[in-house]
Amino acid sequence: MLEHFSYIVTVFLMVAGLFIIMAHGNLIRKMIGLSIFQTSVYLLYIAPGKLIGGTAPIIAPEYGIYSNPLPHVLILTAIVVGVATLALGLALAVRIREAYGSIEEDEILARDNAIEDAEEMRA
Amino acid sequence: MVLIVLALIRTRNLFGVIVLSGAYSFLMATVLVALDAVDVAMTEAAVGAGVSTVLLLGALRLCKSEEAKPAHRPWLPLAVAVSTGLLLAYGAMDLPDFADPQAPIHQHVVPRYMENEVDVPNVVTAVLASFRGYDTLGETTVVFTAGAGIIALLRRRKSGRGADGK
Repeated sequence: MLEHFSYIVTVFLMVAGLFIIMAHGNLIRKMIGLSIFQTSVYLLYIAPGKLIGGTAPIIAPEYGIYSNPLPHVLILTAIVVGVATLALGLALAVRIREAYGSIEEDEILARDNAIEDAEEMRA
Repeated sequence: MVLIVLALIRTRNLFGVIVLSGAYSFLMATVLVALDAVDVAMTEAAVGAGVSTVLLLGALRLCKSEEAKPAHRPWLPLAVAVSTGLLLAYGAMDLPDFADPQAPIHQHVVPRYMENEVDVPNVVTAVLASFRGYDTLGETTVVFTAGAGIIALLRRRKSGRGADGK
C-alpha cells in the first residue's frame, strides 16, 4: 500500500478534478477543476521517475544517481499547453457571459430553452 | 494539498476559489521539487501559480464572483467520481512500486540520455532541445492556435483584454 501512495494521491486529485467539472455549473469553476485534473497528470508522470537517493537530472561529478529526466521534459510541454487551453477556455467563458449575461450552466440552458420556445410559438 | 482541494470543492465565492487554486499550484510545485523535478517545479510555480491565477482573476473581473447555489444535490457526479476513483486505484495497484530502480521507465531510452551526448549538464534541457525538439514545435503550434482563438473570440470588444494568450 505504501509503495503505491503516490498513485493514490494522484487518483484522488484526478477524481476531485473530475467531480468539480461534473458537479459545478459555473464555467470558471469548471476550468479550475480541469486544471486540477491536469496537475494530477503531472504527478502521475513525475512520481514514477523518482529514485530514492537520486538528485535532479543535472550531470555533476559529485552525484551518481539521477531521477528520470524524460517525464520532466514531457510535463514541461504539458504545463505550457495547459495554460494555453485554460486561457482559451476562460476567453470562451467571458464571451458566453457577454452573450448570455451569465456563466452558470443552468441559466444558460434555461435561456436557450426560452428562446427555442419563443421561436416555436411564432412558427 | 488534499485539504485545499476539499476546500476548493466547498467554497462558493469564486475569488476564494481562485486564491486557493494558486496556493494549490505552489504546493504542487514544492511536491515536484521533492520529486527531483526542479525544472517542472519552476515552470509550475511561474505558470500554474502565476499566469493562471492572473488569467482567472482577469476572467473573474468580467464575470460575477458569486456562484449560484446548485439546484440539486450532486449525487450522480459523486457516484461517477467515486466509482472511477476506485477503478483507477485498483488499476494503480498493478503499477511498479514507487522509486523502484527496475521499473520499465528507467530501462529504455533514459540510459542513453544520461550519457550526456550533447554536452549540456542539465539533461532536461538536452532532451527538450535536442532529442525531442518536435515536442516543442507542437507545443508552439498549440499556443499559437490558442492565442489566435482568444483574439478571434475577444476582438469585437471595444475595451478588450485581447492578447492575454501567452
